[in-house]
Amino acid sequence: MSTPLLSAKNLRAFYGPTQILYDLNFDMHTGGITTLLGANGAGKTTTLRALSAMVRTSGEIRFDGKLISNKETADIVRLGVAHVPEGRGTFVRQTVEENLQLGGITQPASQISADVERVFTYFPRLKERFRQQAGTLSGGEQQMLAIGRALMLRPKVMLLDEPSFGLAPLIVQEMFEILRTLNKKEKVSMFLVEQNASLALELADHAYLLETGRVVMSGPAKQLSADESIRRAYLGY
Amino acid sequence: MEQVVQQIIGGLATGAIYACIALSIVMIYQAIDHLNFAQGEMAMFSTYIAWQLMQWGAPYWGAFFITIAISFVLGYVIERTVFKPVHNAPVLSHIVIFIALFAIINSMAGFIWEFTIKPFPTPFGTKSVLGEGLLSAHGAGMIAVTGVMLGMLYLFFRYTRVGLAMRAASANPDSARLVGIRVGFMNALGWGMAAAIGAVAGMMIAPVVFLEPNMMVTILLYGFAGAVVGGLTSPGGAVFGGFAVGVIENLASFVPHFGAEMKLSIALALIILVLTLKPSGLFGRRIVSRV
Amino acid sequence: MKTSTPVTSVIAAIGATVITLAQNWKLAGFILVLIAGAIFPLCASGVFTFQITQLLIYAIAIAGLNLLTGFNGQFSLGHSAFYAIGAYVSAVLMTQLDMPFYLTIPIAAAVCFVFGFLFGLPALRLEGIYLALATFALAIATPQILKFKPVEHLTGGVQGLALFHLKPEAPFGLPFDQDQWTFYVTFAVTILMFFLAFSLVNSRSGRAMKAIRDNHIAAKVTGIDLSLFKTLTFGVSALFTGVAGSLSALLIAFVAPDSFQITLAIAIFVGMVVGGVGWIPGAFLGALFILFVPNIAEHIAFGLSAFFDLIRKVIPFFPSIGEQSAKGLTGTVYGVFLILLIYVMPSGLAGLLRLAVQRLARARS
Repeated sequence: MSTPLLSAKNLRAFYGPTQILYDLNFDMHTGGITTLLGANGAGKTTTLRALSAMVRTSGEIRFDGKLISNKETADIVRLGVAHVPEGRGTFVRQTVEENLQLGGITQPASQISADVERVFTYFPRLKERFRQQAGTLSGGEQQMLAIGRALMLRPKVMLLDEPSFGLAPLIVQEMFEILRTLNKKEKVSMFLVEQNASLALELADHAYLLETGRVVMSGPAKQLSADESIRRAYLGY
Repeated sequence: MEQVVQQIIGGLATGAIYACIALSIVMIYQAIDHLNFAQGEMAMFSTYIAWQLMQWGAPYWGAFFITIAISFVLGYVIERTVFKPVHNAPVLSHIVIFIALFAIINSMAGFIWEFTIKPFPTPFGTKSVLGEGLLSAHGAGMIAVTGVMLGMLYLFFRYTRVGLAMRAASANPDSARLVGIRVGFMNALGWGMAAAIGAVAGMMIAPVVFLEPNMMVTILLYGFAGAVVGGLTSPGGAVFGGFAVGVIENLASFVPHFGAEMKLSIALALIILVLTLKPSGLFGRRIVSRV
Repeated sequence: MKTSTPVTSVIAAIGATVITLAQNWKLAGFILVLIAGAIFPLCASGVFTFQITQLLIYAIAIAGLNLLTGFNGQFSLGHSAFYAIGAYVSAVLMTQLDMPFYLTIPIAAAVCFVFGFLFGLPALRLEGIYLALATFALAIATPQILKFKPVEHLTGGVQGLALFHLKPEAPFGLPFDQDQWTFYVTFAVTILMFFLAFSLVNSRSGRAMKAIRDNHIAAKVTGIDLSLFKTLTFGVSALFTGVAGSLSALLIAFVAPDSFQITLAIAIFVGMVVGGVGWIPGAFLGALFILFVPNIAEHIAFGLSAFFDLIRKVIPFFPSIGEQSAKGLTGTVYGVFLILLIYVMPSGLAGLLRLAVQRLARARS
């Protein structure tokens, strides 16, 4: 097997003195979609924040074989890790245009306008709102903007934190279709944190189940969705 | 009537001073989301550097631009060394740090250059350019310099990528990191720029008020008033606010009993009035956001 | 036990008192403070008595600001204004109406309360840096307002008012000089004010205020009129600082606009942060700091400048720009102190004490 794109070994994370994650181990491979399932407070968001060095951690995180757990957030991002954060992280005072430009701020200026056009092919709504202050967008539009902003980085991997949060079911469907397309056409690997387990397992090829900061189960997504206990606890049928 | 016009134009000339300082206050507010109470002292120190360079024989404009460069570096270094370690501390700690910087810079200036008043040259001359003693050449030059600086800043923030990154870093540091912006570096850059603008302000003001370590204390208050009137988020508003404060202050001399010694109270009243009635200032942007 | 003689019963009584005191360390501490306060001016020099009186006055002012920050989460860089109002009310009443000093304290307190309440109204809408700004402006403008021409006949304008001849003597022929008597008055007022402060903090509404200080939604849900409460707190805070100002008029026996510069406001503010926000006894630590550290800084500054002179004598090429004056270095040393303090103990001396206590407790267990 080839080296994993992103891997964690004995990953622990802390908020102040409180430990949130306990010796997490996981790998994800290039081109795949890995999902991290778990209840509220299981440590899903913290895992993503640990990957982009936004919390105090110990243990090893490797990206493309390189050790990144000692790097700063901005430097990890520059390697091609696009983190779409919880709450979408919109630059509310800036326009939609500026938000997209910020997404590509580490990229050569020459490619920006072409990349903006590329984002529009996936999210035509953003084109209509181009000059609008981003804070005035609806929740769904802000989520699109967040993913569009991440795309501007030309990322190797996207870390997606609950992209379905607070959105109407129809929009969620649409969003997940787009994610699937992005994965296929743009060759973006994805690390997806979701509360909506059935959606996530449908999209992902590999899944990890997190409970109170520990990985309690992992395997191919199909296998997990077939599992009796997962079905009862997380899928609800 | 003629008197009123005279007072207004005179107010515009002093207003240019306040506009300069207000502009640098807004700059640093945009860069770090803070008001820097040591801003005026930094400007004063920069002015001393310019004075020293001229004492050593530098021509005015040479000293002018070298001072701007030195001030930029000093501002940058102060952020990196003094402010960075407490960046996440509560506001109270920040204010104490500003107070400390205020004390240090003020006393260093006194230590190096003594507390005596020094004259500072103007590159524009002191002749009247408008009517009889209405507007001096220096006043006009000061207004022009402020205008040019404002224009350059507008272009920088609106059209350059660094400008955009700086705005993003101050408005939403977490998100800024997630798009790869080095937020700490941007903060330091903001301090550097604010120090450079302050240096220009100081060099423009010094010919009017003379150079001494305490020259900026009251002017800083007018600068604050200007920034507040215009809105802390708006560089253009700050400049307008600065001019407005200058004019209002001059017009207040028509009110009986309002001697020169009451002028500071006008700044105080303006600040409290605007903050109470319209906290975002006349031109400040209200932040609209959906949850 | 055999028969109880008067001697044994006295010993038993003393023993019982000692035991009660040992069990009730707060009461014991209080009595100890009372005794120390009563004896102190009799043993100390006049200068030292003066300094400690000033310390108590600063502590009252700092406690006032601390109430504002602790309760409202607001702060002020302009408390010199209320200090000034307190001092001026006392001074004007004493000079114009020949009122005895003691009577002027409650009046000064009331006036400051009203001013604080009024200033608290606009301040209510301000937070963080905006509040800093508004109060900073207040502090800068205060000395100038005090020079306001139309009321010069009352306030003495730039000259200020001298009160030396109006300083009260110790009553009932008590054998104290004026400085000692001033100390006793201040000491009594200090005890009263800190008693008030503690009662406020520990009162039901005080605890409620602290609980909801940082949570506006919770505040709305609880249904108390928060804005009125906050404005009242601003008034009380000003009242404390005003009482301090009034006492300072007695101590210095002279009021003038330039005694109430922004530096005073900054001193009160620094004292509060150094002593620890939200911890009333920290006011004494803060007062200690603002009273003595500038002096220490001055000594160090003179030492440093002598050191520089020495270096220049030894190394003739040592860079010297202009003419250095030792006076200039004082502010630098003071500023460096402040910065180090914030680095080393971000929550003030109070935080440091708490940390030490925790360590001790942990070491014991």
